[in-house]
Amino acid sequence: MTGGLLFALTGVVLFAMGVAGVVLIGHLLRRILAFNLMGSGAFLVLVGLAQRNDVPDPVPQAMVLTGIVVAVAATALALALARKLHALTGHLELPEDADE
Amino acid sequence: MKRMVVIAVAAVFAMVLGGAMLDLPLGAIDLRIPVAANLGESGVSHPVTAVLLNYRGYDTLLEIAVLLLALLAILAVLGETRAATPRAAHPVLQTLVRLATPLMIVVAVYLLWAGAFRPGGAFQAGAVLAAAAVLLHLVGLSPGWNTPRLKLRMGLAAGFAVFLAVAAALLPQGALLRYPPEAAGALILLIESALTLSLALILAGLFLLLSRDEEAP
Repeated sequence: MTGGLLFALTGVVLFAMGVAGVVLIGHLLRRILAFNLMGSGAFLVLVGLAQRNDVPDPVPQAMVLTGIVVAVAATALALALARKLHALTGHLELPEDADE
Repeated sequence: MKRMVVIAVAAVFAMVLGGAMLDLPLGAIDLRIPVAANLGESGVSHPVTAVLLNYRGYDTLLEIAVLLLALLAILAVLGETRAATPRAAHPVLQTLVRLATPLMIVVAVYLLWAGAFRPGGAFQAGAVLAAAAVLLHLVGLSPGWNTPRLKLRMGLAAGFAVFLAVAAALLPQGALLRYPPEAAGALILLIESALTLSLALILAGLFLLLSRDEEAP
């Protein structure tokens, strides 16, 4: 097993943990963190799979660099929305559906 | 119950995906060869920068647009909150930041310049500059973030505007962002400089605008 494959497998585990977190966690701040964990897992898969040869492929690396910056922007926007929700309702959790 | 089901599904998903990766053949498509073959025409000698700014320049163009959009959305969501004037920090902190800021600017310019031939480039340089801007604000030396003025807003949009202008000027060549090889290096440096400035302001803005004081309920 090469180092790159190890990165990719770690990324898969992180992604699965993030998915479970997004579904299970109600607190918005922790849900945003779980969403970021998903993103980090996807980045690790991309970089890791591109690194299985001795010379890494620059195209996925550039894609991940772009993705990281976009993820930062999306996180900031999510935090702003969560803050607004907290200012309006005093809670950091989404209201439950009526049928639950 | 729901908890166990979700965790079990996630674990099965991870195992299946991991198993698929162990079976994955090495590179059905190898992009390293075309990247290396065209590096001479790209205007830079570092493959990642060549991909970011030349081969897939439209990704980076859309990326800076997304960043700008996120910042505008944050401004719209949080509204014209009355920001607290930053508390005057300890003089030692202020002196340290005064010393560190010029060094950080030098590092950022070096990173920007180095991006042409080694790891570096607009994103890394922008991140360093953004850290400098955040430090300056936190010790109370640059209160301009409390009321974003025209200059600040122009700085935020400059990267996207310059990139878009270059893309529009090159459009008659027949393809989006296909630089003429002899001018590619200069064009990439121009775009990267504008991107660095805007990225620094946008990243600092994401942090500082979010940390403004809560408006009175």
